[in-house]
Amino acid sequence: MGKVMLEVNNLKTKYVTRFHEDVYAVDGVSLKIEEGKSLGVAGESGCGKSTLALSLMGYYFAPLHYMSGEIIVDGKNISNMKPNDIRRKILGNEIAYIPQAAMNALNPTAKIINFVEDVVHAHEPKVSKKDIYDMAKERFEILGLPEQVLQKHSVELSGGMKQRTVIAISTILSPKVLIADEPSSALDVTSQKMVIKMMRELMEKGFIKSMIFITHELPLLYNVTDDIMVMYAGQIVERGTAKEMVFDSYHPYSRGLMGSIIVPEAGVRDNKLVAIPGTPPNLKKPPEGCRFADRCKYAVDSCKTNKIEEVNAGNGRMYRCYMSQEKLKEVYDND
Amino acid sequence: MKNMIKQVFHSPKFVVGFVMFMLVFLTVLIYPLIVTGDPLEMIGNGAFFEPGTYVNVDEVVDSQQYKLHIDAKSKKIEKDLDQTTRDDMKEWLSKFGGVEESSIDTKDTAALLKLWQDHYSTDIKMTGLTAAKQKYFKRLGDTIVDIVNDEDLSIAEKDKESGELKEKTKIGSNVFARVSSISNRKTFILGTDNFGRDVLGELVSATKTSLKIGFAAGIVATLVGLLLGLIAGYVGGITDDIIMFITNLFTVIPSFVILILISYSIGNSRRGVGLVAIIIGITSWTWTTRSVRSQVISLRNRDHVNLSKLSGHSMFRIMICDILPYIASYVVMAFILQISTGILSEAQLSMLGLGPSTAKNATLGLMMNWAMQCSAYLNGKWWAYFPVILVIAIISFSLNLMNTGLDQVFNPQLRD
Amino acid sequence: MTKEAEMCLEGKGLTKVFGYGTTKTVAVDHVDFKFHKGEIISIVGESGSGKTTLSKMLLGLISTSEGEILFQGKPRDIGSRAKKKEYWKGIQAIFQDPFSSYNMFNKIDSVLLDCINMRGGKGLSQKEKFDMMTEACSFVNLKFAELTNKYPFELSGGQMQRLMIARIFLLRPQILLADEPTSMIDACSRATILDMLLKLRDEINMTVIFITHDIGLAYYISDSVYIMEHGKFVEHGGADEVILSPKADYTKRLISDVPKIYEEWDLTTV
Repeated sequence: MGKVMLEVNNLKTKYVTRFHEDVYAVDGVSLKIEEGKSLGVAGESGCGKSTLALSLMGYYFAPLHYMSGEIIVDGKNISNMKPNDIRRKILGNEIAYIPQAAMNALNPTAKIINFVEDVVHAHEPKVSKKDIYDMAKERFEILGLPEQVLQKHSVELSGGMKQRTVIAISTILSPKVLIADEPSSALDVTSQKMVIKMMRELMEKGFIKSMIFITHELPLLYNVTDDIMVMYAGQIVERGTAKEMVFDSYHPYSRGLMGSIIVPEAGVRDNKLVAIPGTPPNLKKPPEGCRFADRCKYAVDSCKTNKIEEVNAGNGRMYRCYMSQEKLKEVYDND
Repeated sequence: MKNMIKQVFHSPKFVVGFVMFMLVFLTVLIYPLIVTGDPLEMIGNGAFFEPGTYVNVDEVVDSQQYKLHIDAKSKKIEKDLDQTTRDDMKEWLSKFGGVEESSIDTKDTAALLKLWQDHYSTDIKMTGLTAAKQKYFKRLGDTIVDIVNDEDLSIAEKDKESGELKEKTKIGSNVFARVSSISNRKTFILGTDNFGRDVLGELVSATKTSLKIGFAAGIVATLVGLLLGLIAGYVGGITDDIIMFITNLFTVIPSFVILILISYSIGNSRRGVGLVAIIIGITSWTWTTRSVRSQVISLRNRDHVNLSKLSGHSMFRIMICDILPYIASYVVMAFILQISTGILSEAQLSMLGLGPSTAKNATLGLMMNWAMQCSAYLNGKWWAYFPVILVIAIISFSLNLMNTGLDQVFNPQLRD
Repeated sequence: MTKEAEMCLEGKGLTKVFGYGTTKTVAVDHVDFKFHKGEIISIVGESGSGKTTLSKMLLGLISTSEGEILFQGKPRDIGSRAKKKEYWKGIQAIFQDPFSSYNMFNKIDSVLLDCINMRGGKGLSQKEKFDMMTEACSFVNLKFAELTNKYPFELSGGQMQRLMIARIFLLRPQILLADEPTSMIDACSRATILDMLLKLRDEINMTVIFITHDIGLAYYISDSVYIMEHGKFVEHGGADEVILSPKADYTKRLISDVPKIYEEWDLTTV
């Protein structure tokens, strides 16, 4: 068992809206990532997966507010640090974050090398520009980006190239955790593949120690991450290895999600796609019992009222349902 | 819709602006109901009466006299002896009265007068002074005698037949009259202007006219801007090019210059309130056109417009039903700004003497113009122009606040 | 039944050029196609391949630079507004973003009523209209009674897109052009939308032109597939034929670049 890089215990965050209707977007999330591992987060839009990414950085700005829980990065608890300290000491060299439209974050009037200088100087002000250039050149070459990119402006690069450049810049200080929120969704399939390849290289070469990958594209997740976690209405409903999750998931929601996978491979046309009826609950007033109960075809009356706890299924696998593993298997076989 | 209005009234900026504007607006509506009569009646015979309550002197003399044990005389002396007089007294006393300069305190009226009465005499030769200065000090001496004079004031009546003056009453310094028993009183809260008109009444009626001009100009500018913007944005192509060419022309030529030229060429006699409003309106639509056009262009490619086309709706219907509602909030904001611009433009024009030429209506700009022509600024007659400035400031401030508040509601990115 | 009789929409040398001189861009470059009645045809291409431009041309929302479109065997004529209106009775569309497909100031009732009116149902009684709307909503698993007097933005993305299909159900065009109808909605609602498109084909024999960038989706839903690259069709044929044994390099690349589940995803090929 490797060293734990990121540990999150019962993290709760909320959005404060006008009219004082708080939205509990991340409601009691706990997770652990070991060194050299990657974790995928899947879920419908609005399930809180992007909020989780923002919350994990420990850097909160309105309307997102921290409520409770702890975030431990490589043994250091960052949940009670001041925002400025987090920005200076944690972001960039401990945790790096790549949002979906990261490629639009590049100021068109600056050269790529200027961004690298900014990132390095924010953490180590004394490094000379020459050293930074050499460092960036080396890193870019390993990642398969030509050196010339450093001297270009962002408008001269294509979308996929920009996205890869941003990823290279944000991981230049070799952070311990990389949080990637849909880093390839806005790209075409070929650029997406290049981005994925690069992220794999980052992991293999040890430039990042662990990774959280958030996307709604399950085939992608299956190919990128070791573990997959399914989020629903601000909570984790199931977690397991990628293979277990895609082919043999326990929770009815994960099962529905995995049943909607479409890939261009023989046999897919004969599969009947699974559709989950209904809509997710309103997170302003989350239901007391199982949050999926309203949409679940296996739900019984007690699901709606009883609080459902996480069930540990061994080997780091967990799910959140009242039924036992055997019972679930039986139910699915009968369908 | 309901929700939107609820949101708008949750914006503190909008609410403050709205309350300020409504205060002005309601005052304009209600004041004429309470104070009836022509607001532009020349009530005072003379210019720039100071703010205050004016009572009829004849009635004061005739009214019942009340003797009060109040030392009214010294208070009056205190008021009548102004600082320059006191300084001159000090100068005389130290030069010719033989009083030590340091022992004279100009603040202490009683002591100063005592020194004066003890030392002043017309016999003392004022050597070393110009003749004019000598005469001045003689006059000063007489004035002070008048001021200090303790004798009662006599009111005499002329006998109709003999023409002889007959003493009617004597008024001592501690005789008082009861103000409320005097029926002829007139209060000018803000004094009167150069024509002797009550500034407050005039101000209220001027605000009303200015608001009318602002609204009319705003409606004209918004309608023209909206129509051209909609057509240019939606139809596109050559129509867009032509409309934008005209708009750009109007944008680069300073609109105030056009405003002056149009106002001037129309001539004094025909320039009424309505015409000025329209002139202001048709010179300030460019901004609305440009912004409406850009909004329409981004809406034009939205799917709901395409679907509306696929449903076979006419261009007119698409513009009214599918595009206008989306830019309505924007247009309302532009309209509010246009009102403010209209009021300010009118004030600017009228200051230059190019505003509505009318004797029946006052506008805020005209009031400023009159005050300027009669040098109210130089003479310190603040009540003739300061309240006008304040009202203009309050109106445009409240309108701009409302606009910013709306902006924050409709553009959530601007919220902090 | 001959192939020719079944022809629904045909394009000959269809071209769209934007701009002129040095800024000239050929978005769609002399494409030929024959869409058969009662089929689901997918047009697959990456962003910028010209598939949306092609769809707008087919809908008659933008003019064609060159070439002609044959609608039900006859060259289409959309010279006047009346003729356009007539053409649009035969071809309708669903767009990518359900959130921008509705006029948010109109209620759901008016959206559906509009469709009934377009099909010449103006004179029907309230009851008949209500029944038609209820039927359309139940076709897409929505309950009209719950939707009446609501605004579209009160629904979820998936429900909005289903309502769009209800609209199509009421309009009954021969051809439905679905421009990435599932790309903005969640994976679990996606299946519902696809099922409904299949239902439209099976139950009312509608021709569905399905435009997508996701080759997996295209494979799942369609009978025949057209692959588009830089304004040209590089390959077309039956779905199994094109996806499982692609001939064009571009198709091969597209398929290899999509993440797989059952096979190993080869990352070394980029």
